[in-house]
Amino acid sequence: MKRRVFLKGTLASSAVAVAVGAGILNPRQVLAAWPKPAFEAKSMQEALNGALGSDLTDPSDAIQIKAPEIAENGAVVPVTVSTTLANAESISILADGNPTPLAASFALAANTKGSVSTRIKMGKTSNVVAVVKSGGKLYSARKEVKVTIGGCGG
Amino acid sequence: MAKGTIKIKANLSGDVCNVKSLIKHVMETGQRKDAKTGKVIPAHFIQELSCTHNGKSVLSANWGTAVSANPYLSFEFSGAKPGDKIVLSWSDNTGDSDSAEVTLS
Repeated sequence: MKRRVFLKGTLASSAVAVAVGAGILNPRQVLAAWPKPAFEAKSMQEALNGALGSDLTDPSDAIQIKAPEIAENGAVVPVTVSTTLANAESISILADGNPTPLAASFALAANTKGSVSTRIKMGKTSNVVAVVKSGGKLYSARKEVKVTIGGCGG
Repeated sequence: MAKGTIKIKANLSGDVCNVKSLIKHVMETGQRKDAKTGKVIPAHFIQELSCTHNGKSVLSANWGTAVSANPYLSFEFSGAKPGDKIVLSWSDNTGDSDSAEVTLS
């Protein structure tokens, strides 16, 4: 009896998987090509230019960065960036002490809240920098995170 | 194509949908060396993600090697209601990809 229920379950879930596989929107269709120069850039300026087209940002306290004061493990640093800036079109997260500072860039729809949470790797004590594009302008905030064990694998 | 790498939860509160996901992926930076052979372990990381709500994009992301292994992602959007379909998909630098769908209840 249990085996029959188990098999039924497997059949159902694989059918869903096939449907999902057939129906999804592949990210490559939605986004512009992955910005290689931005992610391989070794300086903050190059990374910002590559990802956002400019490295000129206005510091803003309307951007909050929630990250630990001291990261126990540099390979997994939880970061939440939220902004009260209206019409946030994108949020980018950088770590200025990393060999390649740009970690992630998120493009938001009009009905998406200006807040993203993820976890990043940090090579050493440095600043997490959040850049928000709102109304065509770039705003930034930074927060220092102390890292005891570096997370880049070097 | 990878399968079953995405755990996704989407909670509805009013018309605001909170999406939390955990993706199983090595996110190899390409900077580590294999201890035994001394050879560099090649980079293997998610580059692009997209999340759609009833087929319309609510979030698209470009990631680099600095996103942690087994990445966590959470964000919110409004205008959601029960029965809506949320699809999260990723593709990586080796051409691999996966996606998962959840229906709001």
